[in-house]
Amino acid sequence: MISKEEVQHVAQLARLGLKEKEIVKMQKELSAILDYIEKLKEVDISNVDFFASSGKLKNIVREDKSKEAEKSKKLLDLAPDEKGGYLKVKQIL
Amino acid sequence: MKLKNLTIKKTHEGLSKKEFSAVELANAYLEKIEKEDKNINSFLTVCKDLALSQAKEIDKKIERGQEISLLAGAPGAIKDIILVAGVKCTAGSKILENYIAPYDATCIKRLKDNGIIILGKTNMDEFAMGSSTENSAFGVTKNPIDLTRVPGGSSGGSTAAVAADFCLFALGSETGGSIRQPASFCGVVGLKPTYGAVSRYGLIDFASSLDQIGPITKTVEDCKIVFNIIKGKDPLDSTSVESKVSSSTLRGVAGDSKLRVAGLRIGVPKEYFIEGTDPEVIKLVKRAIKKYEENGAKVEEISLPHTEYALSCYYIIAPSEASANLARYDGIKYGFSKTRNQESRIKNLLDIYLESRGEGFGEEVRRRIMLGTYALSSGYYEAYYVRAQKVRTLIKKDFDKAFEKVDVIFTPTSPTPAFKLGEKTKDPLQMYLSDIFTAPVNLAELPAISIPCGNVGELPVGLQIIGKPFEEEKIMDIAQIFEKGYS
Repeated sequence: MISKEEVQHVAQLARLGLKEKEIVKMQKELSAILDYIEKLKEVDISNVDFFASSGKLKNIVREDKSKEAEKSKKLLDLAPDEKGGYLKVKQIL
Repeated sequence: MKLKNLTIKKTHEGLSKKEFSAVELANAYLEKIEKEDKNINSFLTVCKDLALSQAKEIDKKIERGQEISLLAGAPGAIKDIILVAGVKCTAGSKILENYIAPYDATCIKRLKDNGIIILGKTNMDEFAMGSSTENSAFGVTKNPIDLTRVPGGSSGGSTAAVAADFCLFALGSETGGSIRQPASFCGVVGLKPTYGAVSRYGLIDFASSLDQIGPITKTVEDCKIVFNIIKGKDPLDSTSVESKVSSSTLRGVAGDSKLRVAGLRIGVPKEYFIEGTDPEVIKLVKRAIKKYEENGAKVEEISLPHTEYALSCYYIIAPSEASANLARYDGIKYGFSKTRNQESRIKNLLDIYLESRGEGFGEEVRRRIMLGTYALSSGYYEAYYVRAQKVRTLIKKDFDKAFEKVDVIFTPTSPTPAFKLGEKTKDPLQMYLSDIFTAPVNLAELPAISIPCGNVGELPVGLQIIGKPFEEEKIMDIAQIFEKGYS
């Protein structure tokens, strides 16, 4: 069971603006899902490693060299608020 | 023009022999979509201009007598989670409703290099979160076989489009079953490649350790053709791997291309034939398995003891990874942005995040972000996320152990055929249970294909064939045997 305060806290962490009605609904639904997930506590994981991919994956590295990005303009065009090649945001200081 | 009977090879022959032109073919599909898709809603965007200009290029090549590739002129539909440059890409979400893709996904680039025609982008559950395509911000897609039922999800638009002959082939994506389950609901072929077999560059992320792009087609041969083009290492995706094509052991002596089943060891996991699965589905799948046995395959009951934990495991790991991946939708870099609201309460940066995300994301997406954020938060990380990743190791070990004794594993793709629209939307957990036979495969990073193996009434049922890592060729060969002779 997840409390209303926990739901509000998690919503804040997730940067999700939930209305009062939505918080109540979320609490109910998350509680039900978390109850189902409790099942995982039955498993004995005492000598088990954290999942590691098949072994075929290894660290891929490349030269630490910068390249001209051709996409820059296209990416900036997608921003809701842009000025002089920078993304505009609300005042933070 | 009979679209129903077309395959990629037949299309290639028809174009090469000048029985029809690429433009005529593209128009035939576009007209069908225009006429009939209003009842199904499989497409979110139809790329008429793009398709016709691509088709014209192919026709020019044919006129000049140039060789064209096998896929040249083949009209495809792309799930709206894969970027096609210059075309809107929404991931089924309001938060990307006006997002225009700035580049091509690698798989799209490879397909374009082979001359495919892109008819449009298909509907899906928002951010690939769902099993019915009912979570789309742009309306549901209906199952072409029964319009009162779901096509499955999250690649429901793609599977419906193939089933309705709105395209010759489609691309979908998987995280927990989103290609295989809708393929089984719509009576088409759907392949989930081994994790890493297909580049994820240009695939909008949901869960980075699970996501894969795969083909959705009418025949297994078409599936092979598309897979061979999109697969392979990509420098732009560090998790992509060059899959060495394991020469399928079904082929006899060198040069003998006839596929044989004699001696093939098929594993049937008892945990997949349990209470809760439609008995008609079990009957059809068992009948399919029997056909292989009658032709010399060795069928053995196996056990995958951690199967019952797979869904809980998936519903911690996937939402956790999603909560990190979806943090990028902040109303700042792109997408839906709320800089003001009615009450003028948006004063600072935090408010922009809260409002843009609160309003731009649908219910299921918010639910999963919340679940993931909770599971990763301080105090809960060990109990949930770490535990789930350890259980995941055990699920994978179950498969590894089974594959020491058998070559492939056969199961139903889904516990039921397509359910009714609205049937499972009230209870999220009910919906999650649709992934019960598919999600374990994603967790174990294995390849699996779903092929139609019969109907319950009018409703198709899928047989799932699971293989060892990078054995897509082998499982497709095995699937083809059924398609060609046992159905």
